[in-house]
Amino acid sequence: MAYWKPLPELDEAALVQPGSSFRDVTEDVARVTETPAPRGWWICFSIALFFVGVFLVCVSYLFWRGVGVWGNSAPVFWAWDITNFVWWVGIGHAGTLISAILFIFRQKWRTAINRFAEAMTIFAVICALIFPGIHVGRVWVVYWMFPLPNQMSIWPNFKSPLIWDLFAVGTYFTVSLLFWYVGLIPDLATLRDRSITRTRQKVYGALAMGWRGSHRHWQNYERAYLILAGISTPLVLSVHSVVSMDFATSVIPGWHTTIFPPYFVAGAVFSGFAMVETVLLIARSIFKLHRVVLMRHLELMNKFLLLTSLLVGYAYSMEFFTAWYSGNRYEMAHFLHNRPTGPFWWAWVWMVVPNCVLPQLYWFKRMRTSIPVMFVVSIFINIGMWFERFVIIVSSLNRDFLPSSWGYYRPTIIDVGTFLGTLGIFFTCFLLFMRWLPMVAMAEVKGTMEQADAHGHGGDDPAHGAGEAAAVEGGLLPEGAE
Amino acid sequence: MEAKARTAPKGVPAVVLAEFESAHDVLHAAERVRDAGYKAWDAHTPFPIHGMDRAMGLTDSKVGWIVICGALTGLTGAFVMMHWMNGVDYPIIVGDKPGGAPGTIPSMVPIMFELTVLLSAFGAVFGMLHLNRLPRHHHPVFESERFRGASDDRFFISIEASDPKFDLDKTVALLEGTHAAHVEVIEEEEP
Repeated sequence: MAYWKPLPELDEAALVQPGSSFRDVTEDVARVTETPAPRGWWICFSIALFFVGVFLVCVSYLFWRGVGVWGNSAPVFWAWDITNFVWWVGIGHAGTLISAILFIFRQKWRTAINRFAEAMTIFAVICALIFPGIHVGRVWVVYWMFPLPNQMSIWPNFKSPLIWDLFAVGTYFTVSLLFWYVGLIPDLATLRDRSITRTRQKVYGALAMGWRGSHRHWQNYERAYLILAGISTPLVLSVHSVVSMDFATSVIPGWHTTIFPPYFVAGAVFSGFAMVETVLLIARSIFKLHRVVLMRHLELMNKFLLLTSLLVGYAYSMEFFTAWYSGNRYEMAHFLHNRPTGPFWWAWVWMVVPNCVLPQLYWFKRMRTSIPVMFVVSIFINIGMWFERFVIIVSSLNRDFLPSSWGYYRPTIIDVGTFLGTLGIFFTCFLLFMRWLPMVAMAEVKGTMEQADAHGHGGDDPAHGAGEAAAVEGGLLPEGAE
Repeated sequence: MEAKARTAPKGVPAVVLAEFESAHDVLHAAERVRDAGYKAWDAHTPFPIHGMDRAMGLTDSKVGWIVICGALTGLTGAFVMMHWMNGVDYPIIVGDKPGGAPGTIPSMVPIMFELTVLLSAFGAVFGMLHLNRLPRHHHPVFESERFRGASDDRFFISIEASDPKFDLDKTVALLEGTHAAHVEVIEEEEP
């Protein structure tokens, strides 16, 4: 987490508003947790909590009556439940991407949004994990999914992608939680040290585990953080690849595709970035974080959305090309007729327009830097990516090989309520997080500021500092001198 | 520089704590303390300072060794679990392949990978906490009111009385000779 110097030649600018001190960063971020919540927070929280209630009602009814309360019926036995699962897991992926992959590539701008994105990962994966749990019909034996001894003396079949998925998503949740918590420890210590009440001191103190900013600790901490980032990178790629194998290993036209793993990962990152942006824009305006979350960060995110949109658009086109090129009549019937012109043609349009067409606006700098435009586009991308999963799952199942088994799918009010309910759970968790935990990684932001450069700043000998920095750049001295 | 403040004597000195106002000052003070030969001492900073490892003369972190042990345990544990469950205890034969036969190894790769990652992450987090001896909620430096700044915008160096080279007057003089903004002696009650 070394000091970051902008390169004017690359049109780079400071990551924190110039002239800010370390104290300003602490104040801006910690203040949010110490002052009464603004009215906007209470309004959002009430709405979110209402939908948690809707979720509880829908799920209670589901448990009471069985999965027949959903619209799932022959031939569409996977519908909103799995669509929502894949959508939520995908949203989580941007969090890991920002916290891990951008960390490894030393993209210092991530410090403004990484805490946020990691929190989003955790809450999104909680919402995702709900669906496989409740869609099994007999929820009281849901532990059969795990390799635990049960009354049938039988173990899970490890050749099934469904159990790979359980391990992948379970590992993903655990590792994301650890990564998030490790990042929080120094900032929890900051909140502990600023405590105004005894309760805050006890709670934040317990969570901070006695962190005292020791450099001997920082050394192990930074190494552990780097390793977590290093192992999270292949992990995040594996999770959505494994999710895609739930489909790709079957023989249904529209599912049986080798492009699925990279296609799902690109889509996951795309939808996740859109969700980070939606939530970040709301939080930035409610809590006035303009000093830390700059337009520059938002513009970079929009560039990233444009890139991933192109990747997703490529995957959509390649599916069509492969169906035609394979010469397989079922593949061709599915991609060339059923998807764009079949009974779910409207879902296909909802997938293509927000995911491939709308982000093209971001070729223009004026669009990339307009808050209203990015807010609307990010919401449309969230919707478009939900429809992508709906198209893959429902429009592939509704017409398979035999026309005699074709059918249509209609969701019920319980399907809708359960999905909106998970949105309520997500935003409830998120609002609580924004209220009680530091939303921005203070220690990391401080580390990127100009004053953090121990060699150049406050120096009695500026020439010496500059020379040493140049030596490090040129590879004469080992960086970090471990 | 402020005059050195000493809390009223109530016991034996535990730690001498020096406060600095910039990353630059604490880094150069750390070099002085290192060169003076101290071992039981530390720098406390709100964020990790680039170059401090060298300034303190630290050797490389050992977290990686714990992680590799976790990774290998996860990898072999996953294989043994799947082989025993699907191949030995209750063989599940799919596509003429009993679980655990060489032909089923490709299907084991995802779970072997996931458990490798999971146990590596446990190794990284719990290994880091173990090497740092955390959680630890009592430490003499917490006795100082000024030390609260260590998680905000202040930088500290602490030298513990348990260090063989520790000598109250000499240690305080050493720290006062750096660009310290404030030096204090933290005492603890006699055991």
